[in-house]
Amino acid sequence: MAEEVKKAPRPVDPNSAKYKLGKIAGDAYVNAIEAKKAGKPVAWVSSNFPVEIPETLGLYTVYPENQAAGIAARGAGERMCDVAEADGYSNDICAYARISLAYAKLKECPEQDVAMPDVLLCCNNICNCMIKWYENLSQELGIPMIMLDIPFNPDYEPSQAFIDYVGAQFWDAIHQLEDIFGIKWDDDKFKKVTEASCRSSRAWLEATAQAKYTPSPFNGFDLLNHMAVMVTARGKDEAGEAMETLLKEYKENHENGTSTFRADEKYRVMFEGIACWPYLRATSKGLKNRGINMVTTIYADAFGFDYSNFDEMIAAYCSVPNAINLEKSRDKRIKLCKDNNVEGLLVHTNRSCKLWSGFMPEMSRQIGEACDIPVASFDGDQADPRNFSEAQYDTRVQGLMEIMESNKEA
Amino acid sequence: MYTLGIDIGSTTSKCVILKDGEYVYAKALALGGLGTEGPEKSLQSIWNESGLNKSDIARTIVTGYGRNRFEGGDGEVSELTCHALGGRFIFEGLRTVIDIGGQDAKVITLSESGKMSNFVMNDKCAAGTGRFLDVMANILCVDINDFEELAGKSDTPASISSTCTVFAESEVISQLANGVEMPDLIAGICDSVATRVGALARRAGVRDKVCMSGGVARNGAVRKAMEKALGVEIEYDPQAQYFGAIGAALYAYRQLNR
Repeated sequence: MAEEVKKAPRPVDPNSAKYKLGKIAGDAYVNAIEAKKAGKPVAWVSSNFPVEIPETLGLYTVYPENQAAGIAARGAGERMCDVAEADGYSNDICAYARISLAYAKLKECPEQDVAMPDVLLCCNNICNCMIKWYENLSQELGIPMIMLDIPFNPDYEPSQAFIDYVGAQFWDAIHQLEDIFGIKWDDDKFKKVTEASCRSSRAWLEATAQAKYTPSPFNGFDLLNHMAVMVTARGKDEAGEAMETLLKEYKENHENGTSTFRADEKYRVMFEGIACWPYLRATSKGLKNRGINMVTTIYADAFGFDYSNFDEMIAAYCSVPNAINLEKSRDKRIKLCKDNNVEGLLVHTNRSCKLWSGFMPEMSRQIGEACDIPVASFDGDQADPRNFSEAQYDTRVQGLMEIMESNKEA
Repeated sequence: MYTLGIDIGSTTSKCVILKDGEYVYAKALALGGLGTEGPEKSLQSIWNESGLNKSDIARTIVTGYGRNRFEGGDGEVSELTCHALGGRFIFEGLRTVIDIGGQDAKVITLSESGKMSNFVMNDKCAAGTGRFLDVMANILCVDINDFEELAGKSDTPASISSTCTVFAESEVISQLANGVEMPDLIAGICDSVATRVGALARRAGVRDKVCMSGGVARNGAVRKAMEKALGVEIEYDPQAQYFGAIGAALYAYRQLNR
């Protein structure tokens, strides 16, 4: 019997955004591992913690949420969740947390190894589960945890008192890190980092906004991969350069009438929620096969932080999706739907993320009404593969498509 | 002109032949859905009943969970669209379909012109579906067809608080052991389904006229519980279990007459 011949992966142009972004994301892991070997401090950082702090202080970073997503996408989510559950963690807890806690115990996972941390930088603007997750990591690993408390804001905008409260913690976190590692804060470097972060963010947000064109010059699932750099490395110069390359490519795609969406774009939807990483291919294919392009998602835009002064920077961190009230969350999404000519909304009811999924039935109802678009939701999970049914997903997507089709015919 | 609709569900397979998109010429149902011989048996049955064969059929549309796996159709459409079409075919002016099948429950809203405008489905859980009722009937050793008569004798329906089928099973057993009367238990089980699906219906927005479809629609006790839960009259037709297949056959007809 002839041996199966594996197709060699298509070479990626080293000048392309895909190559540059992939290299930055990959290098971040490698650099942290090398730094650890050399005795330099490594921080595990929650995704919406101000990247400006570790970047300015020259700390090497690992983002456990990003690691967990990678592990889940490569098929090891269940194995790692099992380890955490055997240690007594409920399977109702966020699967990113379970995977991370399992990694802290095992200290290895070939699907995505990382450097072990010397400090934990936690911010609860993404969710409060983060606090207990990091407290447990701190306890288990015997390392300090620095907490930046950004509570859920019930008002539409953060007040000055709110900004002052978070701003004071920003400086306190820096002082703690200076004391722990004997390092010094450098205002000039901070300025450069903020410039780099804003440069990356502006290019990223402008790139995602290219979906305003019909057809969109990109497949929205690309954003789920590219955003890793925005999560982990937006404060680096090379991130800004790579994001500008991405923007240039999307603009060229539009001008040339091409797209990274490899199908005829018949329908355009907004995807709500964190990606269903264990089934990224199935969820993507279920849309693409029907000519549905996921043109926008707040999940991607959430990692673009543009500001012009310190208070604006703090306000930006107080205004990430899970820290803002329903009205502001809704309005941001309505804007995305309208700016990008969205015809339907597909909601991932993510079993891991009670906060995000909990307010979606009401929010998606309001978005559907405001934009006059159909809404469909499906059950899944960002990292635990046991919470998804492909057949159920398929029926819901097809139902959504049939309503969009019927709306077009009308 | 004859068109054929095939609805392959999780527990049964249904076929309907429409003549000229106007009336049900033949229908057949076989136990066994996706992954069983049910679809083939159902097809064989409808050929026998109608005296027609495949060459008489102008177009075949497949729906239901098995729609993607069945070979021999001319196309496939989701059961959401098909139940909306099938319900509206039977009930003029229909605006809401509550479909409870073997493993899922869905509420479909229709526009004034009869097009599906939105839908809400159950989450990844069998509570509030036909499977839930089957499990309960099994542990009570009661034929599910007797539910309506037994529930009708209840004065004080039992409260089944667990939404999980497995937990509800042990809750029912406990209540049985504590001497709760069978009619009250059965009425409570039906109320439990109606409460759960009623919440879906309210999310979708209930607009009159409302009908039930799917296998559970045949259960008068659930229909009554649903009417009580939603405060609306629920239309019922004995062909309710065939609405998906009727809708598929109608879809096929409309495709040919566009």
